[in-house]
Amino acid sequence: MNTLLQKLAVDNGLILSFAIVGLVVFCSGFLSRKLTFGRVQGSAIAILIGLTLAYVGGRMTGGSKGLADLTFFSGLALMGGNMLRDFAIVATAFEVQPTEAKRAGWIGAIALLIGTFLPFIIGVSIAYAFGYRDAISLTTIGAGTVTYIVGPVTGAAIGASSEVITLSIAVGVFKAILVMVTTPMLAKFMRLKTPRSAMVFGGLAGTVSGVSAGLAATDRSLVPYGALVATFHTGLGCLLAPSLLYFIVRALV
Amino acid sequence: MPLYGTALLAGCHLTGILLGELLGRALGVQANVGGVGIAMLLLIAVRFHGHKHGWLQVKSEEGVNYWAALYIPVVIAMAMQQNVVKALSGGPMVLLTAIATVTACAGCVSFINRREVMAADEAPKN
Repeated sequence: MNTLLQKLAVDNGLILSFAIVGLVVFCSGFLSRKLTFGRVQGSAIAILIGLTLAYVGGRMTGGSKGLADLTFFSGLALMGGNMLRDFAIVATAFEVQPTEAKRAGWIGAIALLIGTFLPFIIGVSIAYAFGYRDAISLTTIGAGTVTYIVGPVTGAAIGASSEVITLSIAVGVFKAILVMVTTPMLAKFMRLKTPRSAMVFGGLAGTVSGVSAGLAATDRSLVPYGALVATFHTGLGCLLAPSLLYFIVRALV
Repeated sequence: MPLYGTALLAGCHLTGILLGELLGRALGVQANVGGVGIAMLLLIAVRFHGHKHGWLQVKSEEGVNYWAALYIPVVIAMAMQQNVVKALSGGPMVLLTAIATVTACAGCVSFINRREVMAADEAPKN
């Protein structure tokens, strides 16, 4: 019986994922209404449940893909993978008002630049405080603070040790998760209400996964504006970190 | 037919990713530079053109809207496969760096967005 279920789950991985996520969304909606009287959005609760399940999965298997590392739930890797995530993000562009996006385009670009430099400076400073002194390690950790893809790309480009690269990924992943969880709580403080404000947020918070989940849990209608800017974040980071930013750090230490 | 919409979406998606890859190569970067963002801009342009010239039908739009509606479920599936264990076990430097960054960036977002309200108040209403 067990092997039969296992086979069914593996052969229909994506379909099973739809059912599982549907169940989680249903439960989150229920909890949102009954427990918080709608004050905490259902999708925010769903993402928290998702992250908790990812923790449990990671603990059980010792793998790197959370719940998707369990054979039974391997279909989640496809449903929540980059391909479908990016496809769904592009689809949300259908709701974008071109005039709104155009009006805030320049401030989005400025936010994007600050969102690259500021995390980098903080990452490098804290790594310095923790005893790292060579430009390569400092730059790699700083790059990981921008996004968890910029870290390893930069580290590989300038020849960082695998230990430092792992550290830079950990910083980026933790930052992304922190953005997912804290965005709904900080939404009022950050004045996340208008398309423009979402574009500023997308530029500064970086990490497509953090921004997309954070905005999804805050206000679904803001998602496309934030994502539009955030998707340039990793590219910009990969452009600046191993070149300009690395040279600056090397000149300083 | 909804499939036309989905196919249109897929076309924009692939073109955007391809352009992002090419841009990355041109800049000498080992990453896709804004591919998804370019795809979004393409889709916005296509929708604008379709409405203006009347070739985009409501039925076709359903094929895009369905995927936009799947966005939140996909993000939840994404949350389920994050490497949370590793993120939490990175030690004090990892935690401190991420918390400091998110705090600083949230402060920055708040600062810039508060200026928007002021600017909107000063600007003449039209």
